[in-house]
Parts: sequence; C-alpha cells; structure tokens
Amino acid sequence: MKVSLIMLVAVGVLFAAGVTLLLERTLTRVLLGVILLGNGANVLILSTAMPGDPPIVGAAAPGEMTDPLPQAMILTAIVITLGMTAFLLALAYRSWRLVGHDEVQDDIEDRRIMAMAERDEGSDAADADADADDADRDVTRAVHP
Amino acid sequence: MTWLVPLPVVMPLLGAAVTLLMFRRPRIQRVVSVGVLTATLAAAVALLVLSRSGPLVAPVGGWPAPVGIVLVADQLAALMLVVSAAVTLCVLVYSIGQGVADGERAAPLAIYHPTYLILTAGITNAFLSGDLFNLYVGFEILLAASYVLITLGGTETRVRAGTTYVVVSLLSSVIFLAGIGLVYAATGTLNLAQLVSRLDALPDSVRLLLQGILLLAFGIKAAVFPLSAWLPDSYPTAPAPVTAVFAGLLTKVGVYAIIRTETLLFPGGRVADVLTVAALATLVVGILGAVAQSDIKRMLSFTLVSHIGYLLFGVGLASRAGIAAAVFYTVHHIVILTTLFLVAGLIERRGGTTAVDQLGGLARTTPLLGVLFFIPAFNLAGIPPFSGFLGKLGLVRAGIQDGRPLAYVLVAGAMLTSLLTLYAIGRVWNLAFWRSPVGTSASAPPRSTPRMMVAATAALVAAGVALTLIAGPLYELTDTAAGDLLARHPYVRAVFPGGAP
Repeated sequence: MKVSLIMLVAVGVLFAAGVTLLLERTLTRVLLGVILLGNGANVLILSTAMPGDPPIVGAAAPGEMTDPLPQAMILTAIVITLGMTAFLLALAYRSWRLVGHDEVQDDIEDRRIMAMAERDEGSDAADADADADDADRDVTRAVHP
Repeated sequence: MTWLVPLPVVMPLLGAAVTLLMFRRPRIQRVVSVGVLTATLAAAVALLVLSRSGPLVAPVGGWPAPVGIVLVADQLAALMLVVSAAVTLCVLVYSIGQGVADGERAAPLAIYHPTYLILTAGITNAFLSGDLFNLYVGFEILLAASYVLITLGGTETRVRAGTTYVVVSLLSSVIFLAGIGLVYAATGTLNLAQLVSRLDALPDSVRLLLQGILLLAFGIKAAVFPLSAWLPDSYPTAPAPVTAVFAGLLTKVGVYAIIRTETLLFPGGRVADVLTVAALATLVVGILGAVAQSDIKRMLSFTLVSHIGYLLFGVGLASRAGIAAAVFYTVHHIVILTTLFLVAGLIERRGGTTAVDQLGGLARTTPLLGVLFFIPAFNLAGIPPFSGFLGKLGLVRAGIQDGRPLAYVLVAGAMLTSLLTLYAIGRVWNLAFWRSPVGTSASAPPRSTPRMMVAATAALVAAGVALTLIAGPLYELTDTAAGDLLARHPYVRAVFPGGAP
C-alpha cells in the first residue's frame, strides 16, 4: 500500500499542534486542541484508503474504486467531534458566566490535602485527635461516675 | 433467538426518545425508564442463559459479517450485561426516590431520564460490540451521556470537575480513533473475529504498536495508573446516583475492552508483563491515595482506582485461572462499588456531609445506615466469607500457579492493598459510625431519606451478599467464559461459521 507523504506530514502537524494546545490552561485553547487532534485522527483514517474512483456500482470498475469504509468512519467521527465541540463550548461559556474566566482550576480537595501534608496534619493526625477525644471522655466518666 | 441480541441496546435508546418527548410528564418518564431497564435486565438474563450453548451473533441491518457490523453476546458479554442492567436499574430507582424527595431543584429530571437511558445504551453497546469501530461508537455514546450527567445542574464545582473529565475522556477517544485508523491500515478490517487471524499474520513489531495504542486508550478509560489521576478529582462532585453508576460501570467498560482485546486480538504478547507492573502500581498507589483522604466519596474513588489493579492482575497473568478470577472480581466490584457510593449518598443526606472529620455516631443514630455501609465495605476489603475475599483468593491462587517472580511480587502487592483497604475502610467506620456523635456547625441539617432510596441501596447490598452465596456457579461460569476467551475459536466460529474470510 502506498501512502501519501503529504497526508502523513499533515497528520503529524495536526497532532503536534493539538497536543501543544491541549496543555494550555484556558478551555478555549484546549477546545481548539481537541478539534485539531480530531481532524488529525480523521486525516489519518482517510490516508488508509487508496485514492480512486467513487465507490458507486456501475459508475466505476470495482478494482478502480476507493475504499468507502474509511470515509464512512470519518463521517461518524466528524459528527461525534461536532457534538463534543458544542458541549465544550457550552462548558467554557458556563465557566465564564460563573467565575469570569474559562481557566481549568486545580482541584480544591487536592490542594487542601497537600497543605495538610505540608503542615503534617495528615489522616493520622485526625485519628490521633479522635483517640484523644475518646480518652478525654473516659477521663470525664472516671471523674463523674 | 438472535433477535434478542440487539434488544439491550435498542430498548434504552427508544426509551430515551420516549422520555425526551415526555419531558413535561415526570410520572410517565419514571414508568418508562423503570420499565425499559427491567426489560433490558430480562433480555440480558435470557442472553446469559442462551449463550451457554455458544455465542449468539446478530448482524445489524441484515448485512452478513465482514460487511455489516455484528453484535456478539458470548458468556463474558452476557454476564457483564446482566450485572450492568441490574445495577443501572437499582441506581435508577434510587435516583427516582431522591428526585421525588428533592424536586426539580436538585436535579433537572427532565434531562436526567433520557441521558441516563442513553448512558445505559452506550454501555450495553460497548459490551455487545463485535466490531472495533462500533466499540468506539459505544464508548462515545456512554461518554457523551456521562458528560451531561457529571455537569448536571451546572454549578461551579461541577463545571470545574466536569471540565477535567471531559477533556481527558476526549483525549482517550482521539487516541482510540487513531488506533482504529492504524488497525484498519494494517489489516483492512475492524471486525473483531476477522481481526484475529489477520493480526496474527502481522509482524510482531506492528502488532505491538497497535496493542500499545489501544491499551493506552482503554487504560485512560479504565483509570489504570499512571493514567488514573483524573478519576478522583471528577467523580465525587456529581450527584450521588450518577457517581455510583459511573464508579460501578464506566471504568469496567474500559476493563472489559482490555480483557476483550488482550485475549481475542493480542494473546500471549510481550505486553502482559507491562500490564502486570501497571497492575501493581495501580494497586499500591491507588490505595495509598485512599488512605490519605478525609472524604468518604474521595476515599472510595481512590479505592476504585486501586482495585482496577486486581482486574488487571488477572488479565496480566493471561492464564485461564487469572482471567476467570478477574471476571469474577469485575462482577463483584461493579456491585460493591455502586452500593458504597449509594450509601455515601445516604450518609450525605443524613449527616449533611461526607467528610469523616465532621461525621460521627452514625451507627448509633441510624443503625440501618450502619448495616448498609458495613456489609459492602467489609466485602470490599475482602473479609471472608464475602465475594471480595473469594475474588482475591482466586487471583492470589492464579498468581501462585503462575510461579514467576513477578507474579509473586504482585501477590504480595495484592495482599498489602487488601490490608490497606481494610485500614481505609476501618478508619471511615471508626470516625463516621463508631465514635460518639460530634456536634458540628458547618454541616447542613439532615434531610429526610425516602424509603425508595434505602430500598434500592438495600437491594444492591443484598445482591452483593447473593454474589457470595452463588459464588460457586458464578465462578464456574466465569471459568468457562475465560476458557472460551483464551481458546478464541468459539468467538470466531460463531461470527464466521464457514471460517473467517
């Protein structure tokens, strides 16, 4: 099977640009990255079919036809990417409405637990507190039977 | 009886259409959703019984196999269907109970029902798919529905958590799509049964590349370490029933895809050792994360990641005993994790929070909740005689049978994880249930707990216990499924009775 070099270079460029954009914090850029990646994958699938005549029975000899299956798959993938793009846009807009920007934030709980670990107040400390509480109660019970 | 095969996909899709049309009539929506999922469960059970005598194959659209897409219900797929249908039905009843109690404010039910049914259709489609591209479509259906469910209501935290989830899932989908393109370029087909012989004919290096790409895509979906960081950040913020069904089923669809491709398409490759090491890392890193958490939902999310390692353990061994144990453990894990997240939802209603340092004395104030948490939690930790123990026992035995040093390391890691799970679960039990009640001002006042939610949770707890009671026959079933998977020819012969073209 012969593959066009231009197609492969296009796939490479689309994937590289897509990954670069995906590493950004702004959701709009991430969205552009996702679109580029999706198109890269589509071109990759397209390049698996040899160029040829349209695959219509009667219009071309079966040996000369191009493979229609990759095109059918791309069509499905394009529809899916379209839906996802619309959803991500809505998400970015919602984020902008709520917090005034569309930057992807760190997880709050992750930060809290990291801060706790730095102050050395991890889960063991919480357990120790609970044990201390129990001990206190035992003491009170002993004093006031 | 092949007309039964597409039903678990078609019925939820039609149900979704009907519930979407009836968005102003919540009562009809509820009846339709419950009815559809009950029918799906019945169809799945029928498929499980029928597939004992060989896989059932349904060509979609009437086109014969290599041209058209086929749906294949073998023992593994049918078993997964039964479990997922049962779990989705229970979670639906739970969410209806919650919705009736809270009204439209908490969850916009008009969208919830159709989306939930589409999620179910995506899951069943992925399980039944006999074609790599149809598997991709199944994944996309369930992911699209899950994007909507995880951002339900569109609050700030849900949008933040949902963004991470959506972007990571989109990336894994693109990788999967690129993998499909490369598989098609190398073999000229995407039919799983036809791929078997064509992939075998490829040079080892090409096979390894294709296997690597597909594993990467499925690894993200299944939350295998180091591709698991997205899960604990995104799952806990969603509404309780949504988190429950995600935790129980979505990662398992990824695991199912790994089992299917590793056994049917790429058996005996060099990747098995990589999978084994990934399993070990997932087990240990996941559970260490769980130990550090102070929120029940996040603790459970990390445990979920960790226990994916058990499933990979069996797949990595690539022996009959290993895969049988992995499938058994998958069934156990789906039921138990879903139950625990539903219980976490009940705890949140009762205590106003799921942070263990603000909870206390729940065992005294609500003994029923204590029982509902205790049974699945200790089942998860693998206390005999529960199914968690039996699954782990099967995996450990398969590891020892294997005999390689790596397998022994993995067995040790599995034991350690089991102990640490017990520690993490025990900590939650001690702090939230066992100690005396603590008066806190921060938590919200307790809300009423509808009977329906408790009943749905209790039904799943009972299902978890039932897994222990029927463990013998179930293990036999997973053993035959594993045998069929490793033999490969039952699947191929069912799709192509006259030999693969």
